[in-house]
Amino acid sequence: MQPGLYHILFISTALFFIGVYGFLSRRNLITMLMGIELVLNSVNINFIAFNKYLWPGRMDGLFFTLFVIAIAAAEAAVAIAIIINLYRSHQSIDVEEAEALKY
Amino acid sequence: MNGNTIIFYMLAALAMVSGLLAVTSRQIFRAAVFLLFSLIGVAGLYFWMEYNFIAAVQIVVYVGGITVLIIFSIFLTQQAGELLPKQKAGRQLMAALAAFCGFALVLLQVLQHNFKITVQQPAPDMTAIGTQMMGIDEWGYALPFEVISILLLAALVGCIVIALPAPKEEAGAGI
Repeated sequence: MQPGLYHILFISTALFFIGVYGFLSRRNLITMLMGIELVLNSVNINFIAFNKYLWPGRMDGLFFTLFVIAIAAAEAAVAIAIIINLYRSHQSIDVEEAEALKY
Repeated sequence: MNGNTIIFYMLAALAMVSGLLAVTSRQIFRAAVFLLFSLIGVAGLYFWMEYNFIAAVQIVVYVGGITVLIIFSIFLTQQAGELLPKQKAGRQLMAALAAFCGFALVLLQVLQHNFKITVQQPAPDMTAIGTQMMGIDEWGYALPFEVISILLLAALVGCIVIALPAPKEEAGAGI
C-alpha cells in the first residue's frame, strides 16, 4: 500500500505527542525545549502534507512552514539565552529551582 | 512494496524512534543527539514528499542551527557524565497518560475525517517559490517576510540584552 496523507498524519500526530510527553515529564529546561522543537516539527510536517495532498499547485503551506521554522529558530535562541542567564544566577536549570518569582 | 514505500517507512521509523528516545533518555547529551536524528528523519520525509527546498531549510536551520545551539547550552550548563535526576513515577505516568489520550483522540478524528485528496502535481520549483515569496500581488508573501525579519531582529537584540552580564551594583550607593 502506497503511503499517503494518512500515514504522514499518523507520523506527525505521534511526533506531536512524543513532544508533549517530553515537555510534561521532564523538569530540565533544555529537555523541555527539545519537546517543544518536536511539537513544532510535527506542525511543519502537517503543513507540508496538506499542501502536497489537498492544495496542490499552490504554495501556502510551504510558506507557513518557512515562517514557522524562522519563528522556531528565534524562539530557541531567546529560550537558550534565558536558560543560560538562569543558570548563571541559580546554578541550576531545573524548573523546580527557578521559583524566585513565585512568592 | 516498492523502494519508495520502504524508504518512507524507514524515514518514519527514524523520526519516531529517535524522537521517543530523545524524550526518554536520561543522558542529556544523548537526548540531544537523538533529537538531531529525529530532525534528520523529518528532513528526509520532506525529501520524500519532494519538497526539496523545505528539506534543505530544515537541515540548515534545525539540524545545523538549533541542535548545535542546544548542544552548546548543554555544555555550558551540565556537569559531564551526570544523569538527569529520576522523575517521580506518578508524574511520568500522568504525562504518558495525557500524551496517549491526546494521541488516541487526535488519531481517531484524523482517521474518521475523509480528506478529498486531489490529483498530484509536481512540487513547486525554486523560481516559483522565490517569486511568490517576494510578490506583492494577491498571493505574495512580501509583508509576512518583512514582519519575520523584524521579529528576527527583535530576537537578536533580545538575546544580546538577556545574555549581557548584570551590571555590578555599587555597595551602599544610595540613589
